[in-house]
Amino acid sequence: MASNIKIKAKLSGDIADIKSLMIHPMETGARKDPDTGELVPMHHITQLTFTNNDKPVMVANFSTAVSKNPYFSFKFGGANAGDKLKVSWVDNLGRTDELETVLK
Amino acid sequence: MEKAAAVLVLCFATMLMHSVALAGPEEDRVAFVAFFKSRFPDIPFADYANGIYAIDRDAREQWLAIEDFPPYEFAIERGQALWQTAFPNGKTFGECFAQQQEDIRAMYPRFDELSGEVVTLEMAINNCRTANDQSLLAYDEGGIVDITAFLAFEARGKKLHVRVPDDQPGALQAYESGKRFYYSKRGQMNFACSDCHVTSVGQYVRADRLSSSLGHPTHFPVYRSKLGEMISLHQRFAGCVRDVRAKPFALQSTEFRNLEYFLSYMSNGLEANGPGARK
Repeated sequence: MASNIKIKAKLSGDIADIKSLMIHPMETGARKDPDTGELVPMHHITQLTFTNNDKPVMVANFSTAVSKNPYFSFKFGGANAGDKLKVSWVDNLGRTDELETVLK
Repeated sequence: MEKAAAVLVLCFATMLMHSVALAGPEEDRVAFVAFFKSRFPDIPFADYANGIYAIDRDAREQWLAIEDFPPYEFAIERGQALWQTAFPNGKTFGECFAQQQEDIRAMYPRFDELSGEVVTLEMAINNCRTANDQSLLAYDEGGIVDITAFLAFEARGKKLHVRVPDDQPGALQAYESGKRFYYSKRGQMNFACSDCHVTSVGQYVRADRLSSSLGHPTHFPVYRSKLGEMISLHQRFAGCVRDVRAKPFALQSTEFRNLEYFLSYMSNGLEANGPGARK
């Protein structure tokens, strides 16, 4: 499996309805490991970015308040069929993931 | 007075034993379905496969929105990859099963005459690994749950048809033992499965409504939003047993497998619609 992100994009007129789901542990840093009693280190997405034809259409700053395996949905105007929509995230450990799809 | 009461109790007990002895699995199932029909006359039979969302209209809206983009899709993909990966000897999971991929899920749980016990889908998967000299997959880890998610997805729309063969006395014993488990009080709370999921079905426990046992096994494994991961039917059993403050049995223990056998028989005729998404 190449990417741990999924996107579903629906275009109606020039409005694009974007739904996305990504796999990420989103550890708050406040949770204890039930076996060892040690705190599980903080590990969460810090920034989620959607670009349409390389132009940012949505940038979200995440913190610990977002649940594990986040689901993110939004709409934006001015989209056309054939546009390249790219989603990417970076987390506090510097890891990244991305996925590109074509609007239709 | 006390004596009269005791005689009455004895009378009831004998009647009860008598009726238990007479009723076979099919009579049990018909009565089970009839109970839910009388409790919720407006819910069509097929809708019970949707679990609590057949009963709780508000939660159903949220669930339908989640089903737009189901969180279990990743698990199906992981499961498919595991299923298709060949063992070192070149064989695959598929070769262990006589049925087509989409028919496997609905075959289980089944009573195996040779071993004299109920075989669940999870067990069959691990039996296949043993047959190919592979180590067993842990029942509380993702791998095996993902495989069952994939098989459940393939089997969508097939109806459950669990059988308790007449010519195999062990099968009826396993069924009866599962039924006894289901109706037995346990834990500090002194609850039987049926207390919540038959007698009080649809009522609130704190903020949630109690689901109907008719349809319980159809949609597993499920992605639980509160955990952010997939769980098997037996992990859910263990959760329920813990909730009534009893010590859960091991996953895939005889007790839980017999319970699954009984519950699945009760849901015969409903569509397998797993994997599911649950709160």
